[in-house]
Amino acid sequence: MAPKVGLFIPCYIDQLYPQVGIATLKILEHFGCDVEYPESQTCCGQPMANTGCTNEVGPLAKRFLEIFKSYDAVVCPSGSCVSMVKNHYDEYFTDNPEYEALKGKTFEFCEYLTTVLGVDKLAGRFPHKVGLHQSCHGLRELRLASDSEIVGPPFGTARALLESIDGVELTTLQRPDECCGFGGTFAVAEEAVSCMMGEDRVHDHEQAGTEVLTALDMSCLMHLSGIICRQQKPIRVMHIAEIFAECL
Amino acid sequence: MPSHPKLAAEFIKDKDRAHWHDQSLWFVRSKRDKAVQQLPEWELLREQASKIKSYVVSHLPDLLEEFEKNAKAKGVHVHWARDAKEHNEIVHGILERHQVKRVVKSKSMLTEECHLNPYLERYGIEIVDTDLGEWIVQLQDKPPSHIVMPAIHIKKEEIGELFHEKLGTEKGATDPQYLTESARQRLRQKFIEADAGITGVNFAIAETGGFVVCTNEGNADLGTSLNKLHIACMGIEKLIPRANDLGVFLRLLARSATGQPITTYSSHFHGPAPEGELHIVLLDNGRSEIAGSDEFRRSLNCIRCGACMNTCPVYRRSGGYSYSNTVPGPIGSILGPAHDTKANASLPFACSLCGSCTDVCPVKIDLHHQLLTWRKQIRLKGLLPLSKRLSMKMLSWMMQAPRLYQFVGKTARRIVPYLPRFLVYNRFNAWGKQRELPDMPKQSFREWMKQNHDRK
Repeated sequence: MAPKVGLFIPCYIDQLYPQVGIATLKILEHFGCDVEYPESQTCCGQPMANTGCTNEVGPLAKRFLEIFKSYDAVVCPSGSCVSMVKNHYDEYFTDNPEYEALKGKTFEFCEYLTTVLGVDKLAGRFPHKVGLHQSCHGLRELRLASDSEIVGPPFGTARALLESIDGVELTTLQRPDECCGFGGTFAVAEEAVSCMMGEDRVHDHEQAGTEVLTALDMSCLMHLSGIICRQQKPIRVMHIAEIFAECL
Repeated sequence: MPSHPKLAAEFIKDKDRAHWHDQSLWFVRSKRDKAVQQLPEWELLREQASKIKSYVVSHLPDLLEEFEKNAKAKGVHVHWARDAKEHNEIVHGILERHQVKRVVKSKSMLTEECHLNPYLERYGIEIVDTDLGEWIVQLQDKPPSHIVMPAIHIKKEEIGELFHEKLGTEKGATDPQYLTESARQRLRQKFIEADAGITGVNFAIAETGGFVVCTNEGNADLGTSLNKLHIACMGIEKLIPRANDLGVFLRLLARSATGQPITTYSSHFHGPAPEGELHIVLLDNGRSEIAGSDEFRRSLNCIRCGACMNTCPVYRRSGGYSYSNTVPGPIGSILGPAHDTKANASLPFACSLCGSCTDVCPVKIDLHHQLLTWRKQIRLKGLLPLSKRLSMKMLSWMMQAPRLYQFVGKTARRIVPYLPRFLVYNRFNAWGKQRELPDMPKQSFREWMKQNHDRK
């Protein structure tokens, strides 16, 4: 029987990037999942949690569990929101087996494709120089890829999936995994640093010859794309799910 | 005190300089990467160091007593200071008893933390920092901007200018060799004239009562060898249990700090020199309070390598002074609020939560998680600005009411595209200062789902 997947679409993707949700849905259905989008979902509470407002997170964490607990898997096209659910909800649930179960079955989109569905090759053709931005929370909180700080063998699910697509040429960056500077409310509260960080990432992709800039997280891309648009750089920005969907 | 974002924005105004600062520190981070990649056992070393330090912090009283006993047995005078004031009084008392008028000091962040220099100067004692970088900032009458490279923010042209003014070097000189040699000659004189040497402590060994000071310039050795009086100032967390543990930390420290396999000098002090006097001042200054806190205890693992600063994308672009704290960067943003939460309330937010500091830390301090915990504490203590508190409250209410959330989203998506540009992009919109907002789609994902998917 097909796994029953609860599609977790972060609030800003729902409102601002519907095409990313659609692409995620298409890919999951393509690989045989029975996908349901529970409509009462809103936000995982990360903006409040990262501002220190835990009182404001509690009710959202409890809602989240109620909405998603019955699915076989919860899949989300954002490493950051997945990390929020898996790594930062503990204080709202004490000894709650339902939450413990939820932690184990909540996945970032690429992680679900590779580790649960066993996808290691994607069909289609995407003849572009692709720059992969390693979103920090997917990288250092979920450990979806090796980072440049830790000594060990290199790995990375998103990179492997992109490389499996015919025509994709991944660009080589001078700083392979530096933060883009989005950081939620940081983007506004520390506007000057945030924008300089973003600009530096865009320059790195420019010098590497990136034509299409992609990432696991649309929030990083929203920030980078904001800079790319303002400075009219010839770089197209796509969520990784959009690339996969375009190849179908 | 001006907040971090304000000082950071000022630093970034000079974009070329901010880039230069970022690249200088990234160069050091890259050197660190090359050095640690050569050790397949790197992660094992980090794990060991973290465990040793955790042991130390949880057995601090016993280990401190053991250290005191063994140090005393070696003829060392051991002093205990509760806070910066006591620390400075003790140091001054020792100097006064020996009628010391001139002191040379090798690098010690602890004495910076206590503001020892201005304290002693008030009593007419000349104190000279002999670490080149620290001496440069001392000549400028400024604090260090980095704990390992105190003058990393100053360009060689500016050092040339400073030396011309203070040391009489040639005007317009920028040759590092020439400038360093001039500093060396002047510092030699200071070393010879001094009556006492003050050093910091990198590692104090409980089992032996001895301690180790790591420098690249040998200034700790010279400053203590030429004098009969040596005062070593250390935080109580600098202990390690056994001499055997030292190897773990010496291998981690310099690689993490600058990418060197080891510092040029690792100077061991076990008791006073013949006919000399050795004093150790052990400072608490809030450390035992941190040791008692479940959330922040691990921050006492810190061996002050500075790797978290070199890797921090915010520190690199905002400079050490933007933190207004003796220790800047990620670790400073944890220690600062522990010392004075209100004054340092903006520091835990000077972070994009990228987690690079946590992974680079040789003693595995969960830095970015502690910063997040500080944000909660700041909220609990009522120190979060009202604008943030209110906006988060409203956001949470909205997100608990799916219909309201949909309504607000839909309304915004409908209205924003029709607004004139000046209404969207103005001084109230920090996002839009240097960035475009995303295009507003006609349909949200859930609207699309209803129309296209659920009807299938």
